[in-house]
Amino acid sequence: MSKRVGIEVSIAIAEAVGLARAEVIPAYPITPQTHIVEHLSEMVANGELDAEFIPVESEHAAMSCCCGSSAAGARTFTSSSAQGLSLMSEILYIPSTMRLPMVMVVANRAMSAPISIWNDHQDIMVQRDIGWIQTFAENGQEAVDLTLHAFRVAEDRNVSLPFIVNIDGFTLSHVIEPIELPDQEDVDKFLPPFKPRYKLDPRRPITMGPVGIPEVYTEAKVAHDMAMRKAKRYILKAWDEFAEIFGRKYNPVESYRTEDAEILLVTMGSISETAMTAVDAMRDDGQKVGLLRIRLWRPFPSQEFRKAIGKAKVLAVVDRCLPPGAVCGPVGAEIRSLLYKIPGAPKIFSFVAGLGGRDVTVARFKEIVDKARQFAKKRPRELYEVIGVREK
Amino acid sequence: MKEVRIHGRGGQGGVTSAELVATAAIAQGKYAQAFPSFGPERRGAPVAAFIRVSDTQIRTREKVYTPDIVLVLDPSLPGLVNVAEGLKEGGIVILNTELSESEVREKFGIQSRLAMVDATKIATEELGLPITNTTMLGALLKATGIVDKEPLFEALEKRFGRLAEKNKKALERAMNETVVTG
Repeated sequence: MSKRVGIEVSIAIAEAVGLARAEVIPAYPITPQTHIVEHLSEMVANGELDAEFIPVESEHAAMSCCCGSSAAGARTFTSSSAQGLSLMSEILYIPSTMRLPMVMVVANRAMSAPISIWNDHQDIMVQRDIGWIQTFAENGQEAVDLTLHAFRVAEDRNVSLPFIVNIDGFTLSHVIEPIELPDQEDVDKFLPPFKPRYKLDPRRPITMGPVGIPEVYTEAKVAHDMAMRKAKRYILKAWDEFAEIFGRKYNPVESYRTEDAEILLVTMGSISETAMTAVDAMRDDGQKVGLLRIRLWRPFPSQEFRKAIGKAKVLAVVDRCLPPGAVCGPVGAEIRSLLYKIPGAPKIFSFVAGLGGRDVTVARFKEIVDKARQFAKKRPRELYEVIGVREK
Repeated sequence: MKEVRIHGRGGQGGVTSAELVATAAIAQGKYAQAFPSFGPERRGAPVAAFIRVSDTQIRTREKVYTPDIVLVLDPSLPGLVNVAEGLKEGGIVILNTELSESEVREKFGIQSRLAMVDATKIATEELGLPITNTTMLGALLKATGIVDKEPLFEALEKRFGRLAEKNKKALERAMNETVVTG
């Protein structure tokens, strides 16, 4: 039986990658992701994990190595954050349209300038359209579970796509909390060895990643888009199988106290836990408030999200990213676009909070709900509101 | 749920203290979180670490703003930092100090309940180093029931291996020598 232990979330993720029997780990350290790859390099050096750890010279090289490793048929893992993730950007689009499975944990961090090592979602939103499957974890247990799930889905021959698991830097990565690390036997049951349909093999030469002339480029991109849409079915199926083996069930969108709710908060990542506590407090005050937590970000679970809204009249969407000059934050824009002109759709208000490590507290969530309630009565002048700015 | 803020200086092991308490509490079946004041810490600079311990699942990622317990590792910090900031009604401040209760109250203006021990002296004598993070856990045990001694000792053994014995001895001495005010 697996046991609940107190462990730092980063170390638990590295242990999960070990339990997944990753074979190649090209990685470059960057705060707040460092503890994950540091621990993996120790596991490999101590002979606890039979894998190639490649200490590359940059994140650009890390992602390039990941492409080669996956193409050669090895189970591949890496991890990054912020500017490091952006240094990978040139390569990130390549494994996705080439359909090369691999798993990356991104410990989400703000983008400089000003220099910040702290948590928000700007780094991953810069990479929103790279065509990788993406999930967001709420706590340490989920970070471990979603990492295992990511390998299972990415390598499924019906999917064959790279996969990013997002965990909030520091607020998850550096916290010691109770986590149940699964048994090797169960992980092996859940995660069969990686057997790609095609791989690079000198004895059976094939071409991967040739030039896409205008006559085929559109078709290659449409094929990628179709693969992403089709992937949702297998993402859900793998969560069902995960629940059967490990007893923890995950959904693409989680509802919390949404029955009869008039106002719904919408969150992604670890602030969702604080948001639940805020919802409890507001419910105690007699307010009809609930919460929708988005776990699956790409492919976006449109159907599930629409269903989860129920009869709510107002959505207060919280983004952890402020794209200057945009209509609103990326999650807000996604949901506005999803619900546009749907009869009976709720009013949608977009909020930005928790940039560069600014704490998103229970009090902030109450403030967001109060503002959304006001906005529903009197339309605000702006399309989004940044919460908790000290001077305007 | 009990919330703890630990004040130390970078390099004094405040984060390790938090980690030991949280892992011990989890080992005895409770829920707990331990986390540093996130950021690039510098040796010698005032730093903080945080613990939450609860009988039920902890569903917050807020920093600790209103601690029940404040643990101060370094005797020079109460003069520099308002260690009692945000302390809950009925909360306790646990100090490493050679001063008496009246001296502490006069010098630092702390109104709350106090627990005091000269941890620097104990650590210097028992460990040969004025590193007080494990010694001060003895004061924490004496002044609060946040965690049991046995799982804490197991956490110490796991963390420090053969050095655990000395640390356990310093911790026990601090337990005996800590003075808790009413």
